[in-house]
This record gives sequence, structure tokens and C-alpha cells, in this order.
Amino acid sequence: MLPIIFVLPILQLVILSNAATFEIKNIKFSYIDNDKTSFSRELIQKFDASTYFNVLTDFPSNKLASEAMLKGDVDVILEIPENFERDLVKNQSTDLSVTINAIDGAAAGVENVYINQIIKDFNKKAQVKLVQPFNQINKPINITSIPSFWYNETLNYKTFMVPGILVLLVTMITLFLSGMNIVREKEIGTLEQINVTPIKKHQFIIGKLFPFWIIGFGLLTIGLIIAKLLFNVPIVGSIFLLYFFTSIYLLVILGIGFFISNFTETQQQAMFISWFFTVIFILMSGLFTPIESMPVWAQYITEFNPIKYFVEVMRMVMLKGSNFTDIVPQFTKTLAYAIIMNGLAVISYKKST
Amino acid sequence: MKEDTVIIVENLTKNFGDFTAVNNISFEVKKGEIFGFLGANGAGKTTAMKMLIGISNPTSGNAQVAGFDVYKNPNDIKKNIGYMSQKFALYDDLTVKENITFFGGIYGLSRKKIEEKRCQLVEELGLQEIVNELVGSLPLGWKQKISFSVALLHNPKIVFLDEPTGGVDPITRRQFWEMIYKTAHEGTTIFVTTHYMDEAEYCDRVSIMVNGKIEALNTPKKLKEQFKTSTMNDVFLKLARG
Repeated sequence: MLPIIFVLPILQLVILSNAATFEIKNIKFSYIDNDKTSFSRELIQKFDASTYFNVLTDFPSNKLASEAMLKGDVDVILEIPENFERDLVKNQSTDLSVTINAIDGAAAGVENVYINQIIKDFNKKAQVKLVQPFNQINKPINITSIPSFWYNETLNYKTFMVPGILVLLVTMITLFLSGMNIVREKEIGTLEQINVTPIKKHQFIIGKLFPFWIIGFGLLTIGLIIAKLLFNVPIVGSIFLLYFFTSIYLLVILGIGFFISNFTETQQQAMFISWFFTVIFILMSGLFTPIESMPVWAQYITEFNPIKYFVEVMRMVMLKGSNFTDIVPQFTKTLAYAIIMNGLAVISYKKST
Repeated sequence: MKEDTVIIVENLTKNFGDFTAVNNISFEVKKGEIFGFLGANGAGKTTAMKMLIGISNPTSGNAQVAGFDVYKNPNDIKKNIGYMSQKFALYDDLTVKENITFFGGIYGLSRKKIEEKRCQLVEELGLQEIVNELVGSLPLGWKQKISFSVALLHNPKIVFLDEPTGGVDPITRRQFWEMIYKTAHEGTTIFVTTHYMDEAEYCDRVSIMVNGKIEALNTPKKLKEQFKTSTMNDVFLKLARG
């Protein structure tokens, strides 16, 4: 069992961190070139040169292109109208039709931005080309913003995801193990034997949860090593602070696990309830979707989500190098949570029925 | 409480909703006695026993075990009793030695005392070969013997045995009862439930529960006279059939 506890999460961390990407790449791009001029070819060339687009095919007609999109063979169709070059030279303006598969709305939005970027770029070059010496006044005023990305300069999504996924793994493993373990003792009857002994409630609970506390630290350590060595995630802040916060956080999770086990009779029930909470906690933790964009009522719910605080602290300390004063809000809430959950666990654990 | 009475039960009752599992039972058990607690499946034996060992709260009635009240001092009772459940309840994934150390520790025995006890046990039961094996890999008969010995680690005043010989072969059963006799001889009270009527014959006194009530309580000999039968088996059948 012990090797499984450590090997599976490592696999998960490696696989998920590589797969859970929000970068949109390899967009299946196709076009219908009704113009077939040097201008239209240049535009297509630009898409081809972009790393985001895989230029697939040109379709002879809109109908065939639409069919391909229905089948899922293409994501984006660019239709260049007849007389594209002529209109551009003559009128300085023309229209392009862009069709984007928007089943995944967020991805479609990002794709749209990419496409516009390329077209804008093309515009600029075309303008320069077409500009006539006496037409200087028409030259557009260029305002460019130069972004500087703090804390994650290269916008590497792994830097963002790895600390979060690490949180998820530490949480899931410790919650499931602690919940399952005590219920298992109920099932096989050893818990009854323990209840007949004069052991004190707190002794039993500490004895039961301490091993999982240690396992939690083990997982965190291995996870951090992988984050550093394999994903080269910066650890700017204090490792000690991370461990300190984790020590309190694990108490919350173990308390929840113990609490669940007090109200369940079989491992199946415990598993089901643990899953229910884990899924909600994970999806509402800000790990995959920003909490700020959730509806207000959902944001209130996230206040009760311990994973949220751990994800925040993990990212703050690892990427920003936050110190203890920066994480005081998260720390106090987590501490309060730990006290409440373990209090409830102790109260609800009955040696007699 | 008389000096030599270790269990006093008065009008003890346990309801589960509308169902009365244990209905107003009263009895006493003396020190060093082997008290047989008989009854058909579902007669309420286990429920009654669980109230006495402090893991089930009675609905009404009084009970004192080892001089302590089941309501007020369940933890003092637990220090003074041993319990061996129907389900085998040592840790399968620990070795015999680890189980002994663990349960000794829970009862607050010192390391030295545990070591001493372990050696004694290994000697008495002939465990030299298996003391370092996982309990889960042992045959049931061995498990039950070890389980009984572990229940005696802290020298309890009373040992509660819930169907200790269920599913065990006749030879092991015989050995088990020899262990029980020896323990009782040393002054420990034995409170045992069983289905085997030949085992009932070994008890000093026997109570027979039917549908939550104690219908008969006496020595096996007197019970046989009372019901005019030659075996405990017939006594049981007469009572259980009503």
C-alpha cells in the first residue's frame, strides 16, 4: 500500500501538470481562398508561420469547409473574399469571414484573439506597402503596450499549475486515507475492540491521524522535488513557511476525514462522501478556474473551501515569495477550520452507542 | 455490593426503536465463576454483553461491573475487563508480537511488563514459531487462542467472551476451554456466550435468553433436573421452542 500511496500521486503530478494546459495550440486552421492573389497568399502565409495554427487545407467551397468543421476536422475557417487585394488597394478596406468552432467558448475566445492579432499585423504591413508618399497624414498613430509579466515572466502555465496540482494530490490522498482507514476498522471489527479498551478519545484520534499527517508531508516533499527538478517551478518563498502552513492544513483535511468516518458505516459510504466534497472543493478552489469569475453566491461558498486557501498560499509562497504576514488571512481561516473540524470529529466520535 | 459479586444486573433493558433487544434482565455473577450466557441467534446475548462492557448505552435499568456503574464509570469498567468479540478483532496486518505490544500499550502496561507477558504467552501457548508472523496468515484456532490471551494481558477481573469458539475444530475447542478453566481457577471471572451445548455443561452456571428475556438461570445440573432432561441440548430446545 505504501508504495502505491507515493507512486500514484507522482504519476498524477507528472501527467496532469503536462496535460492540464490552458494554452491553445495546434489550432486546426483551414481557409477558402476566393482571391488567390499575392495578398491573400501572404495572409495565409502568416497563419502558417504562427506556432498556434496548424494550417490544414484549403477548401474549394464554404459548404465543404462547414462539413469538415461539423466532423471536427477543423477549428477555424478563414474565408478570403474575391477581389480581396483589389478592394484593399482601392478602398483601403475589405472584409474577411472567420468561422470558429465555439463549443468550448473560452478556447474560441482565445482563438479569436490570436486570429485578430495576425490580421492586425497583416493590416499594418499592408498599410505600409500601400501607403503613398503624400498620404502621410493617414498613418495610424501606433500605441503599443509593453507588458511585463510578474512572478511568471515566461507565462509558463506549468509554473502556475504544478503548485495547485500538488495541493490537490496532498489533499485527496490524506482525505481518502484517513476517512477510509477508520471506517475499515469499523468493518473488520477492530474498532469495537479498541472501544472496549480504556483508551482516551484524543489518544485514539491522534494515534489514527498522525501517520497520515506524516504521509502528507512525504507527499509534499516529493511533489516539491518534482516541481523543482522536472518542471523547474521557482520556489521563491520560504520552504519552511510552506511546511508550516501545510502542517495546519493537513489537520483540517484529516479532521474532515475523521468526521466523515464517524458518520459512515462502510468504506463505500465514506468513499462516496469524500468524493462529493473533494470534487466540489477542487472545482471551486481557483485551481482550474479563477474564483473572481464565479457568481457571487459561489464565491461565498469558496470561503468554506480549505483547498482554496492552500492553493493560494502555495502559489503565493512559491511564485511570489510571500512571507508570513502576507498569508495571515489564509492562515487564520485555515487554523480556525482545523480547530472546528477536529473539535467536531472528537465530539462525534462515540466509544459507545 | 457483596465482595464476591463482580457483575450485578438489575432490570436492564435496551430498545432499538420499537424493538426490544434486551427486556428487563436481572442476574448476578460471582468472582471466579464461569458464567454461560446462552440463547438462540438474535436472542439479545450480544446486545446485553455490549451494555456490560460499556460500548452500548442501556435504555433503562442498572448494572455494575467490577464494582463500577455502567453509566457513570464506563472507562473504569474497561480498565478491569477483557473482551473477545465474535468477530476476530486483532490486527491482521500486524504480527502476533506487534499485536501484543499494541494492546499491552493501550492498557497502559509498561514496556517491561509487556515484554514479560509476551515471553510468558509465547511459552504457554507454544508460539515460538509464529510470534513474528502476521496474524492474518494464522489458522482460526490459533487466532482465537491468541485473541483470548491478549484479552487477558492486563489481568482483568472479568473476561467477556462472545462466541469464542465459533467455527473452531473440536480439538482447539477443548484446548480453549482448558485455557478458560485455568483462567477461572486463577480467580478471573469468565462471562461467555456460546451456541455449543456441550460447552454449556462446562459452565458453573448458565442463563438462557429467549427473545430478550432470561428464561432460565441455574447450574447445568439443576437446569437438567428442572426440565427433566438428560442434556443441556434438550433444556435449550424446550426453552427456545417455548
